[in-house]
Amino acid sequence: MRLEPQFLKQVVKGIALTHSEEWNCDECFDQLDCFAEMVLAGKPAAEAMPLVQDHLDLCGPCREEFEALLDALQQLNAE
Amino acid sequence: MPEYSNQEWLEALRSADHNEALAELREYLKRSLRYALSSRVDPNRLDALIEDSAQDALLRILDKMDTFRGESRFTTWASKVAIRLALTELRRKRWENVALEDLVPEDTGIDYTPAVLTDTETSPEQQTYQREVMSLVERLIMTELTPRQRQVMIAILKGGMPIGEAAERLGTNPNALYKMLHDARQRMKNSLEEEGYSADEILEAFSKG
Repeated sequence: MRLEPQFLKQVVKGIALTHSEEWNCDECFDQLDCFAEMVLAGKPAAEAMPLVQDHLDLCGPCREEFEALLDALQQLNAE
Repeated sequence: MPEYSNQEWLEALRSADHNEALAELREYLKRSLRYALSSRVDPNRLDALIEDSAQDALLRILDKMDTFRGESRFTTWASKVAIRLALTELRRKRWENVALEDLVPEDTGIDYTPAVLTDTETSPEQQTYQREVMSLVERLIMTELTPRQRQVMIAILKGGMPIGEAAERLGTNPNALYKMLHDARQRMKNSLEEEGYSADEILEAFSKG
C-alpha cells in the first residue's frame, strides 16, 4: 500500500503543527470576532491568541470562515 | 446606517418594538454576507444564499444574544454568526451526494522519489529526510490509527471533506471529530519523536511545497 505523497505531506504537516492543547471548532469560533478585529487593527493576534491561530492552521473550514469574515469586515470598513 | 454602540444594538434588539433594529441588522448582515461570499459562491446562487442566511442568522443572533460578551463590535460578532451559517449551508449542499466511503485512499504504487519531491527547491539531503518521514508516517497511519481515525483523516485531508460534513455522516459533531483527529495526530507525533524526529525539523523540511 502506498498512500498518495501529497496526502502524506499534509498529514506530516498536521502532525508537526500538533500541540498537546488545542481548541476545537466551537472554541475557536467563540473568539474569532475578537481575533479578526485584532488582525484588522494590525495587532499581533496570533501572539495574543495562539490557540485560535493554531486551530486556524489546522482546520480548513474554520480558516475559510475567518478569511470570509476578514473580507467582509475590510470591505464594510471601507464603505 | 446609524452607528450604534454595542449597548444600543442590544437594547434596541431586546426592546418590545424591535422591528426597526431588526431591519437594520438584516440589511447590515446582507452587505456583510455579500462581501464575505461574493468570491466564494456561484453568482447565480449568491442572492438566495444571502437572503436565507441573513434570515437564519437573525433568528440565531436573537437566540444567542445573551452569549455576546461585548469583547468585539456587535456587528462583527453578528457577521461571524451569519458567515458561519452561510458557509455551513454551502458545504452541506456541495457535499450532499458524497459518502465517506467514496473518499478511499488509492494505492498509487508510487515511491516518493519523483516529481512530488523534486519539484520543490529542496536539497538532496532534505529530500532524503522528507522521504524518511513520509515513509514512517505512512506506516504510522496504517498501524497506529484506528480504522475510523484513518478513514476520517483521509476523507478530510485527501478528499477535502469539511469536518462538519464528515461528523454528520458519522453521527457525531465537529468538536468530537476534531478531538479524535487531534488524538490521532498527537499519537503519531509522539511516535515520530520517539524515533528522533522533532516537529520543528519536520516543519522546516516540509515548509516548501
